[in-house]
Amino acid sequence: MRKYLLFGLYITAVCAIIYSCQNTSEMNQAQYMTGGKDLYIANCQNCHGANGEGLGELAPPLTDTIFLTKNKEKLACFIKNGANEPMVINGKTYEGKMPDFANLHDIDIAQVIVYITNSFGNKQGMYTYQQVAIDLQKCNSAKNP
Amino acid sequence: MKKIKSQLIILVVSLFVIACSDAKKLPIYGEREVAITKDKDGNQKIDTIYQTIPNFSFLNQDSTVITQDAFKGKIYVADFFFTSCTTICPTMHRNLKTVYEDFKNNPDVMFISHTIDFKYDKPSVLKKYAEKLGVNTNKWEFVYGNKEEIYSIAEKNYLTVVEEDSTARDGYIHQGWLVLIDKQKRMRGAYDGTKTEQVEQLKKDMATLLAEEK
Ligand code: HEC
Repeated sequence: MRKYLLFGLYITAVCAIIYSCQNTSEMNQAQYMTGGKDLYIANCQNCHGANGEGLGELAPPLTDTIFLTKNKEKLACFIKNGANEPMVINGKTYEGKMPDFANLHDIDIAQVIVYITNSFGNKQGMYTYQQVAIDLQKCNSAKNP
Repeated sequence: MKKIKSQLIILVVSLFVIACSDAKKLPIYGEREVAITKDKDGNQKIDTIYQTIPNFSFLNQDSTVITQDAFKGKIYVADFFFTSCTTICPTMHRNLKTVYEDFKNNPDVMFISHTIDFKYDKPSVLKKYAEKLGVNTNKWEFVYGNKEEIYSIAEKNYLTVVEEDSTARDGYIHQGWLVLIDKQKRMRGAYDGTKTEQVEQLKKDMATLLAEEK
């Protein structure tokens, strides 16, 4: 009888741990989303729009999920270093220049990326600030080998 | 005591009535002068002379000279921007474009955006910008002029501050006013083009102004 009780307790504990871990990652993402939204409004909304709709052909929309998924590793670089090469978004070519946001920290970049990749019809989940550091290193070393 | 109360009510009600009837006309901005003139019967009367937009001559996106003739008999909205501005201009023009969409079929309405970047925003650059923004330049002109002319008309006539400033993010600082001008070239309103509530007010005021000047 005691064995069963202990086993039951053990199972509950394991479940609780798993559950709370899941919860913290969800909570993390929720925090990233709120922080990211504020950053987006302050830095990006003027060009990309409140609903990620873009601005004519001056700035592309952020609704092309396939582009965003394929280029996930590059998003941090677009934001930190700016972008100035033609991009095909939703089948249309955009040739504008996006300014750099060199002043944003890795954590800010992570938050704003989580926000855009989980809004406007996108649903790509979490992206951590540790990953930002890795992705930035990759594109910077590709640029200046 | 009761009497005072009812008088107060009458006062308040009449204030409302006055305020409401006043709301149908827009204010007139700028400096004004009082002049004494004579009417046709030789009686003296007092006239107020309002500040008006002086004549100008700029190059538009097609490198055509544009003067006030293009705006004759029309009300128009004027602003100051530059194509490489990454801060308030995209918001201003996103918002102004919604005004343009509302009024683009009204022959009595026009728009004019002056660039303050006299170094880089040559007419061909403005043309490309207008195309990318997606507006018809017969209705919405983008103009280029030399620094003195543009900066002077901005500050003296459209009451908008513009400045070169190497410490600003894009090299210039300027205000995001959308300035409403009537058919007699007088300034009738200024609205912060980065605030959607004010842009909505601009749309309402344009309708009021059009009705007033019919
Ligand atoms: C001044 C306007 C402007 C601002 C501000 C701006 N962008 Fe951009 N953005 C652009 C333009 C123009 C491009 C296309 C660049 C190119 O073709 O090289 C672009 C491209 C992008 C792309 C890749 C293309 C796409 O549509 O998916 C992403 C992602 C992006 N921007 C995110 C952001 C984020 C996040 C911010 C705020 C931190 C931001 N942008 C701020 C103008 C802007």
